[in-house]
Amino acid sequence: MKTAFRIAVALGAVFTVFMVIGVFIAGWERPPMVSKQIGYRGLGMEQITNPRLAGKTLASNQVPELIDPAPPGGRPAREAYTNVQVLGDLTEDQFNRIMVAITAWVSPEQGCGYCHNLENLADDVPHKVVARRMFQMTKHLNQDWTTHVAQTGVTCYTCHRGKPLPAGIWFPGDRDGPAKGMAGYDGGQNHPSPAAALASLPLDPFTGVLDGTGEARVVGKTALPTGKGIGASIQKTEHTYALMMHISNALGVNCTYCHNSRAFLAWDQSVPTRATAFYGIRMVRYLNNNFLTPLRPAYEPARLGPQGQAPQLNCVTCHHGQPKPLGGAQMLKDYPELNAAILTPVPGAGPAPAPASQ
Amino acid sequence: MAMLSFEKKYRVRGGTLVGGDLFDFWVGPFYVGFFGVTTMFFSVLGTALILYGAAIGPTWNIWQISIAPPDLKYGLALAPLKEGGLWQIITVCAVGAFVSWALREVEICRKLGIGYHVPFAFAFAILAYVSLVVVRPLLLGAWGHGFPYGIISHLDWVSNTGYQYLHFHYNPAHMIAVTFFFTTTLALAMHGGLVLSAVNPRKGEAVKTPDHENAFFRDTIGYSIGTLGIHRLGLFLAINASFWSAVCIVISGPFWTRGWPEWWNWWLSLPIWS
Repeated sequence: MKTAFRIAVALGAVFTVFMVIGVFIAGWERPPMVSKQIGYRGLGMEQITNPRLAGKTLASNQVPELIDPAPPGGRPAREAYTNVQVLGDLTEDQFNRIMVAITAWVSPEQGCGYCHNLENLADDVPHKVVARRMFQMTKHLNQDWTTHVAQTGVTCYTCHRGKPLPAGIWFPGDRDGPAKGMAGYDGGQNHPSPAAALASLPLDPFTGVLDGTGEARVVGKTALPTGKGIGASIQKTEHTYALMMHISNALGVNCTYCHNSRAFLAWDQSVPTRATAFYGIRMVRYLNNNFLTPLRPAYEPARLGPQGQAPQLNCVTCHHGQPKPLGGAQMLKDYPELNAAILTPVPGAGPAPAPASQ
Repeated sequence: MAMLSFEKKYRVRGGTLVGGDLFDFWVGPFYVGFFGVTTMFFSVLGTALILYGAAIGPTWNIWQISIAPPDLKYGLALAPLKEGGLWQIITVCAVGAFVSWALREVEICRKLGIGYHVPFAFAFAILAYVSLVVVRPLLLGAWGHGFPYGIISHLDWVSNTGYQYLHFHYNPAHMIAVTFFFTTTLALAMHGGLVLSAVNPRKGEAVKTPDHENAFFRDTIGYSIGTLGIHRLGLFLAINASFWSAVCIVISGPFWTRGWPEWWNWWLSLPIWS
């Protein structure tokens, strides 16, 4: 009895010490906060943000310095240079401007040599094939996905932010790692999931929804299950929840930015932003299926996942913790050259994109 | 209700907090007192205003009647009556009525010469309410952060406010509060069950005493907290449930704006395993 009591007290003391430490190092915030009302008053649909935290991410979310516009006129790039397949409609000056821009936006440290054979710039080295496809992807996005990117559009910088590898890269099926000792197979869950804002939710909420053909579906249409296999399973539900946590985290918003949580599924009770997110999920899936996955042969092995998967994108890739990438800055309008890319197939980069199915 | 023979002895004047002899009398079994009058004033006015709000609202459906707080744009100022001003006055009435009730309990305690345990415990319920509709709105800078007064609408507020932090079950104070709420009901159920078991022996046996109650728990878990101790424990558990639920909502927003799962990052980054 006494020993048990002492053990209990000791355990309690250890727990208390941990909690006290936690309270002091947890990084608490303080008022005043900035709050924005989204729904009807008193509904609790609001964004509460800490203006002092927003400053920390500001540097990476700044629009880079404007590159001087190209002077008008001049001969087409396809005549000025050899082997120009996608940007041939630009003038020579526009073409060079975009080459300067993409170097500053994607490989500022590595320079032109990141995509080009410096001995022969016309050479089709693998990174150059990828870059071509990326120009097409940018054009496709700005042309066919205004349901998500509106007129703001995207540039290379929206994702790349001065780095060859954009943020938020993931590999399909990556959760199926090797068994871990006696704990065995963890089912890809029961750990803090970075993809799901550190909740103990599925580690990979992306596979099957941000690639493939799956849908984020949870809520049944009947009060009770009407049969075996009808309606979403607990696992499917948790995957969707984790994906939603990812979206929240990627945009730096909470669930009420799109949903009225009293009825997540009800469109007539949701915020219009939910429609933008709906198309966003389809846009990401389309880009992964039609642009990034087919590029697999062009990537060097180090770029591929543990099972040789091509890297995929998700919401973080563009959003970087902001509701609108780069704070909604209209960067594309300063670089009209990006909309002049030609969407014909590129050798070695997979089939041409099919029309967007929304 | 007829007065019991010994009650006259305790029903004496004096012991009031304010007002001296004002309203220091009983009506039937009820002590009135100054705070009885203010309780009545605030509760009648508040209820009348809720009825008025329902009357100018879109529905008489009891589930859907809702008195909503002002838009956030009004900040900590007064809002027009039909745009949240009603909520503000009703909130004043509610706080006035609850605090008056607690002070009336204090006066009765003083008359009886007993401790203030009951008003002290009730104060924690008031604290929880005041945290929701006064303290947190003040810290966030707008009365619109309070919850609406309606059966369904306040649940919608609870749900959405929880989802403002992605996963509210990761709120550490919420964890503690929920644990205390469950433990309170567990302790109350076991206490009630134990007492009833002692006074309901099987046919032919005598009613048992606390000796048997103690023996039951000593045989079961090796320890009995005792007849007085169980009530201390009950008070401790119940006021902690209220206290930590007040903490868990006050820290959500004013002291933490991100998802609650992220708060536990300190645990994940302890040098023991990271």
